[in-house]
Amino acid sequence: MGTCVTRRYSAFGLFREGLRGHTGWQPAWRSPQPKTRYDAVIIGGGGQGLATAYYLAKNHGINNVAVIEKGWLGGGNTGRNTTTIRSNYFYPESVALYDFALKLYEGLSRELNYNIMLSQRGVLTVSHSDAEMEMAARLVNAMQINGTDAELLDRDGVIARAPLLNRGETARYPIFGGVWQGRAGVARHDAVAWGYARAADAAGVDIIQNCEVTGFLVENGHCAGVETTLGTIRADSVAMCVAGHSGQLAALAGFELPIRSYSLQAMVSEPVKPCLDTVVLYLGTGTYLFQSDKGEIVVGGGLDRVPSYAQRGNPPMQQTVISGMLEMFPAFGQLKMLRQWAGIVDVVPDSSPIIGPSPLPGLILNCGWGTGGFKSIPAGGWLTAKLIATGEHDDISCPFDLDRFRTGRLIDEAAGSGIAH
Amino acid sequence: MQLFPCPFCGLRDETEFSFATEAGRGRPEPAAEVSADAWSSYLHFGANPKGATREVWLHAACGEFFVMERDTVTHMVTVQEAGEP
Repeated sequence: MGTCVTRRYSAFGLFREGLRGHTGWQPAWRSPQPKTRYDAVIIGGGGQGLATAYYLAKNHGINNVAVIEKGWLGGGNTGRNTTTIRSNYFYPESVALYDFALKLYEGLSRELNYNIMLSQRGVLTVSHSDAEMEMAARLVNAMQINGTDAELLDRDGVIARAPLLNRGETARYPIFGGVWQGRAGVARHDAVAWGYARAADAAGVDIIQNCEVTGFLVENGHCAGVETTLGTIRADSVAMCVAGHSGQLAALAGFELPIRSYSLQAMVSEPVKPCLDTVVLYLGTGTYLFQSDKGEIVVGGGLDRVPSYAQRGNPPMQQTVISGMLEMFPAFGQLKMLRQWAGIVDVVPDSSPIIGPSPLPGLILNCGWGTGGFKSIPAGGWLTAKLIATGEHDDISCPFDLDRFRTGRLIDEAAGSGIAH
Repeated sequence: MQLFPCPFCGLRDETEFSFATEAGRGRPEPAAEVSADAWSSYLHFGANPKGATREVWLHAACGEFFVMERDTVTHMVTVQEAGEP
């Protein structure tokens, strides 16, 4: 306690610290001991959890809140994704959700006074046949009707945006055209977690790292708090924002979820000179890639096919992703890969998230994001905070209630937008 | 590349296998009396355990369905058995 933390970052402050030898910087957030009781406890100190805490304080004036993280802040999927932000989905419910997140991202650096390095360099999804072009046109039409930006590109349009693409006569996946979303892009993932953490801390939220939830406190059938490795913490309301480990916490709370956990891998190459200024996905290979600000080529693809909690990934998918990259960009055959890693994603049958009350009253769910948790952090946090504060769904989160698996009103984006996750 | 044990073919590449479902989740019957909750639970829900798990797998190369016990963290296969899940 008593640590001086909150200060405003500015160009002047940076200049002043430069003159003082950078001796005046303070920690960006406190590391308090947990209190015995909070108005709300958020399990999971990744982007979704920290954003939930931030919007609880900002939108609803609830700042007696703790965020509990079993490891380090942003060390789960928030630190393991490939940082892409987009809203190129098919169904109106999905576009409303992901475009809400994209809009919040667009103002986030200013709002949090923390540079998240949002770079709206566009996402290009390439089609390889006349039939795929029909589906691309359908997706573009749907996106435009649903109110987000989308453009149908022909072959020349695709090549103009990514000249290094394989345009040879013998290409296994020839370029016919593609879907372009210009507002999409990438942001610095750690900065999103840190920016929300700093802003939430400044609003009074306690961020407690290295504290694992070991059970739920249930009184009269109602969730009254959590048992943790640092003792019991009581709360009026509890939310779980733990991505791939949702099934594990659900088991502690005594219910099941329509979630299966899989590894999702990514890898980066050595840094090279600028050669790719957009995000490219091939429908044919399932591989997508972009070049980071440091010059590394960041590559990702589909899920490992074996249900898993191992945060490392297996070789078959690495082979698929790399061979896909070589088909798309033959010149990248000279790249040396530097690192490979994996996160555990929570895959839902309809590839859409779950936001809403759980079967245990007093416990709110924010899970099932699959491979799309990072891009939706601001929206997920905003909507989960509203559920905690008011007990009511926002119009945007209502379709994503757990109830849809009983009513059958699924939002099947794997079929809708052809993006497998 | 991990090798999984097919009861019919022996050890084969993991890419030849598909996860089918958790073992022991029988289809609720008779259909006319199955509630929406029970049907939803059968279709979509699961324990998704971290650690030891018992699952039905398909070896796509020979069409054999079988039960495999393995660990979802270490990926170690402990038991494989043929026949009805």
